[in-house]
Amino acid sequence: MSERCTIEVTIINTLGLHARPAMEFADIAGGYQSSVSVKKDGIDPIDGKSIMHIMLLAATKGTALEITAEGPDAEACCAALKALVEAGFNED
Amino acid sequence: MKLTEIVVEDAIVPSLAGAERDDVLRELVQALIAAGKLSADDEEQIVTRLLDRERRGSTGFGRGVAVPHVKHDAVESIVAAVGLSQKGVDFAAMDKKPVYSIVLLVSPDDRPEEHLQAMEAIFASLSKEDFRRELRQAESREAIVTLLGEADSQHLAG
Repeated sequence: MSERCTIEVTIINTLGLHARPAMEFADIAGGYQSSVSVKKDGIDPIDGKSIMHIMLLAATKGTALEITAEGPDAEACCAALKALVEAGFNED
Repeated sequence: MKLTEIVVEDAIVPSLAGAERDDVLRELVQALIAAGKLSADDEEQIVTRLLDRERRGSTGFGRGVAVPHVKHDAVESIVAAVGLSQKGVDFAAMDKKPVYSIVLLVSPDDRPEEHLQAMEAIFASLSKEDFRRELRQAESREAIVTLLGEADSQHLAG
């Protein structure tokens, strides 16, 4: 059965969503069957499984992002990504 | 942020001499030194940090491109060098494929927002297949500068 979930998160680590966290995000997102899109105010949603696309968010500290997962494991995927972002990607 | 503002024209190397990742990183750092954007005194430290960064996780993000980067207080604003390799360089890239186009970025230590904006400008272009192909095929510094200028106008228009 297909699920869909949307969550809102805020980037809290000082350096923002730079390459290393972007990689981690794409890695975790890529581990789920669900599609993952990420939206920032004012720009079109991007593919949350692509590091290159995540870099397009230029998400600095304090940036709010809307993450949408869709697929059989959407809920679990959202939960994992939320935990990652809220942990500040284990930086700071 | 514009590519033409961060890429140092004199640090564009249309045909990299090195065949190995470590040599290519040094070659591009030296290009920035020769262009007067970095001091020769900082060469070792910057190269070492770039290599450390690559070992922690390749900046070969796939599709033949790599964006090695480092933060260093030697620069007050972001500078980038661009290098092309005809044969391809093994960057231990995520898709395991050789890298043909390298954008090497040096950002000031204390301005993470600018670093992210520069990365955004770089990936806005590198994530496009047409741009990647044209960059890889560019044969001169002038051709690359023109290409970067075109990418800037598209990016700002889009």
